[in-house]
Amino acid sequence: MSLTPDEVRHVAMLARLAVTDDEVAALAPELNAILGYAEQVGEVAAHGIPTTVHPIPLTNVLREDVPGEVLDREELLAQAPAAEDDRIVVPRIVSED
Amino acid sequence: MTEMITYTRKDGVTEPLTDERIGWQLDGYRLVVGLEVHVELTELKTKMFSSDPIDFGGDPNTRVGPVTAGLPGSLPVANKQGVRSAALMGLALDCGIAGTCEFHRKNYFYPDLPKNYQISQYEIPLCHDGFLDVVVDPDPAYGDEGDEPIGRRVRIERVHMEEDTAKSSHSGDTGRLHGADKSFIDLNRAGIPLLECVSRPDVRTPEEAQAYVRELIAVVRAIGISDARMEEGSIRCDANVSVHIPGEPLGTRTEIKNLNSVRSIGRSIAYEAERQVRAIQAGETIVMETRHWDESAGVTATLRRKETLADYRFFPDPDLTPIVHTDQQIEELRAGLPELPKQARARLAEAGIAADIVITLVDNDLVPWLDDAVAAGADASTAANWITGELLGACAAAELDVHACGLSGTWMGQLAGLVADRTLSNKLAKQVLQVALKQGGDRSPSEVAEAEGLQQVSDEGALQAIVDQVIARNAKTVEDIRGGNAKAIGALVGQVMGATKGQADPKLTNQLLQRAING
Amino acid sequence: MSELITKSAAELATLVRTGEASAREVTDAHLARIEQVDGNAGYDKDAVGETDVHAFLTVTADAARAQADEIDAARARGDELPPLAGVPLATKDLFVTKGTETTASSNILRGWIPPYDATVVTKLRQAGTISLGKVNMDEFAMGSSTETSAYGNTRNPWDLGRVPGGSSGGSVAAVSGMMAPLATGTDTGGSIRQPAALTGTVGMKPTYGRVSRWGMVAFASSLDQAGPIARTVEDCALMYTAMAGHDPKDSTSLPNDVDDVFASLRTGIEGLRIGVVTELQGDGYEPGVSASFAEALTRLEELGAEIVEISLPHAPYGLPAYYLVAPSEASSNLARYDGTVFGTRVDAPTSEEMNAATRAAGFGTEVKRRIMIGTYALSAGYYDAYYQQASRIRTLIANDFKAAWEHADLLVSPSSPGVAFEFGSKSADPIAMYLNDVATVPGSLAGIPAMSVPSGLDEQGLPVGLQIMAPLLREDLMLRAAWAFEQATGFDTTPRGANAVATPQGARA
Repeated sequence: MSLTPDEVRHVAMLARLAVTDDEVAALAPELNAILGYAEQVGEVAAHGIPTTVHPIPLTNVLREDVPGEVLDREELLAQAPAAEDDRIVVPRIVSED
Repeated sequence: MTEMITYTRKDGVTEPLTDERIGWQLDGYRLVVGLEVHVELTELKTKMFSSDPIDFGGDPNTRVGPVTAGLPGSLPVANKQGVRSAALMGLALDCGIAGTCEFHRKNYFYPDLPKNYQISQYEIPLCHDGFLDVVVDPDPAYGDEGDEPIGRRVRIERVHMEEDTAKSSHSGDTGRLHGADKSFIDLNRAGIPLLECVSRPDVRTPEEAQAYVRELIAVVRAIGISDARMEEGSIRCDANVSVHIPGEPLGTRTEIKNLNSVRSIGRSIAYEAERQVRAIQAGETIVMETRHWDESAGVTATLRRKETLADYRFFPDPDLTPIVHTDQQIEELRAGLPELPKQARARLAEAGIAADIVITLVDNDLVPWLDDAVAAGADASTAANWITGELLGACAAAELDVHACGLSGTWMGQLAGLVADRTLSNKLAKQVLQVALKQGGDRSPSEVAEAEGLQQVSDEGALQAIVDQVIARNAKTVEDIRGGNAKAIGALVGQVMGATKGQADPKLTNQLLQRAING
Repeated sequence: MSELITKSAAELATLVRTGEASAREVTDAHLARIEQVDGNAGYDKDAVGETDVHAFLTVTADAARAQADEIDAARARGDELPPLAGVPLATKDLFVTKGTETTASSNILRGWIPPYDATVVTKLRQAGTISLGKVNMDEFAMGSSTETSAYGNTRNPWDLGRVPGGSSGGSVAAVSGMMAPLATGTDTGGSIRQPAALTGTVGMKPTYGRVSRWGMVAFASSLDQAGPIARTVEDCALMYTAMAGHDPKDSTSLPNDVDDVFASLRTGIEGLRIGVVTELQGDGYEPGVSASFAEALTRLEELGAEIVEISLPHAPYGLPAYYLVAPSEASSNLARYDGTVFGTRVDAPTSEEMNAATRAAGFGTEVKRRIMIGTYALSAGYYDAYYQQASRIRTLIANDFKAAWEHADLLVSPSSPGVAFEFGSKSADPIAMYLNDVATVPGSLAGIPAMSVPSGLDEQGLPVGLQIMAPLLREDLMLRAAWAFEQATGFDTTPRGANAVATPQGARA
């Protein structure tokens, strides 16, 4: 398994990280080294073994439908890099979700 | 679970839906539609994964806590009632309920998604493999069944829980994304509990798609999980549309996004189907893409090409625990289901109510009104006629939502009762209804009639005196009638009516006149 | 310099309760120590002096003094004081603190003032501790040396030319450097235990779910666990008791009652079976570490424990599995840092470019590396081979531990394969850095409680830690063994040596 520079760019795109050509050149071998190391997991015959997501399995941790406190709007908008008319402002959106 | 696409004949027999019976075709092409319907659980008090309140119409960004805003360190906890609502929906759609299911994260960047992942369900949804039987309005194309409604079974692939996104608005004249130089985010909607109901591609005509969504809305209202108002976005529909020639592989599908009325569902699918056929005939290739429906122009237009499949990197959300339902819990939920539209339809048909009136009652969530009307003593058929005919008509004319008009099923039952016991004529009853719609339902129909002086005069003694006067004044007309001009009696009835300001019981008036003239 | 800074939390709480020292005096003494050895670079990495420990990013002196005065007033009124009343605390900058800047040592959160408090922060305040401020760490807890902090290095009080370990480097440096007797840490793959080992402090990772994660900036949600860092096992037990407990705001928080760990703390380990993990020693462990570990085993045996050899066959796959699971979760957890709702923003003409530029500028190299690895490991076509396979190995490792408990009451290993290393010596090679976690990661993946307690010094005079691992929710047993070992070892936690931080008056050294 070896990531090409194009694949590195694709992953960076998925991760919404702007990368320069120099960064791609530096990242490719680093990522390949880490993945090469991590690929040892493939040596273990684990077919049919259930996965663990929670070390101690809990189920049905649910909340009653009772409203709690919300943030003060001024406090919320004060966190945002840009706000206008009680809303958070972002630059032009190019992609459709 | 049958893998066959079926339809139901008028006589109740279910048969495979053959190509010949598909009601939509264009130059040999047939239509294949799958529908994804999002239902906002508006009847809950809090969001799907936080205690932030659901309160529609509030000022922007006032229903937002750390979880909704996706602030660092905040954690989701699932809403118990949200899970219950989802399970009820699944059961209402005859789905299986997963013994164990979990929440997954759907990872993608978008400004209306505060965490840049949406908590949803992936491999194992809460509800799977159900169906919805829908009644398709008169459609001669179905063949020899005439113009009676017929049934179609649309299979449901899954119903899963997820959270809604924030609402974004865009600068500029159009308010649309294109051409805007910036966008505004209101987080109030973010995190509102959503159910996503995904059908199999079993829908074959635009009318079936409409009927499916109408029926789904009726189910949602019957189980009381959402106000199900498409125009307000609490029901949102995406349609996957493709065309093909029977016997050949399915065509490439396009997805029409965010349809917000039953009307636009039908129109957009019809448009898109024809567009695809014409494009294929012109030698073009249909591409996988999402399309926007422009209601005013009546066209669909490309939103986004799906050149590469989106890579959502689903994985189990480690912040949430699996949801487990025992068989017993599922059966308890099932036992608690209220009457569903299909059951209501069967019951009403049994009661002798005409099929088209049943559809109107179910689609407008008025079955409980009819039940209340009957409980108030009214005859079912009469009350149904009053509710679907006069009431809906009057509300439409006054641009009123029937559920917000101030009247009730009980009120309508009382009104029908006044007609039945001849306290009111049909005409007077309509006037009482009009007055009550203007004034609200604070007063009962008889109180309105009394206050407005609209009661029918059915007292034989009082009417006899008026009849005697009219006969005395119209000797010539009486002679005409006796001479064989039976129609002339109308003029006398009119005079009695005039003397009673229209409140005389027409039937009794007629009888009294006849007796006075012909002995 | 007051000798108050050499006291343990238990001692300070007693002094305050009996009135022998006021909370204000205790607080002032520690604030003075911070002023003496920590420098005041704060978030300015270029202002870190050559002999500054630079544990603190923010010192909340005024708030601390005000809180101390309240405790003193409460005592004057005759109110009953909470168990840790007047005890200073350093708070890892991963914990969200209402009104106090919280950055997770990342540029992307520079200037972020949270509108709410982490549950741990609230609980520790209710227990009477006085937070002196926020301490440095590896950016988003990703690192084993605190060198990935965007705000400069934290120096190891034992040797100012060496790292304190990480990611809880600021926490251990504050405790080891006597700027606070207690500090909060967080441990995802060893971020409490490894730095504790490298600074001669006691650090404990409780059972996953024992301490609430509400308000703890997430790195890898299925592994992250907060815990105490202190200079004594008793203090560690006190702080653990104050932190632990069910929190309805965290779905993964355990509903079980918290056991009284003090009931058995001082009862010794006679007759306990202590397992030595075959796979967590030998090759790859520095000789000084191995020697100290061997001594530790002898000491445990002298205390009456039965030493047994235990194999965890899948432990060698722990580290590769960890470096798939943790980055996968991190890639998703860190997606929210995009310049929209909070944090910093780099302006750009479109939202997409703004997000990408903000993240490119706001995240450091190691964080980006892990986001990339995680994104890749979850992506279509690789999910099964990477994330899923790693999650299966978690099950196998948990099963290994379950089998081990049939033969041993506790397990031990070195906490870290090496002692504190020099700045820059491992930063160029990610895998060399990751190997710091080799001994701690198996316990993290299994969710079991584990801790590091000092076992002595290596030949260079640098601290070595013994890792003690216990079955799920057996913190009591683990602390009991740690306490017995600590008493027998008599380790002096005062940093000393040619390049150590200034020794305070009254220190035992």
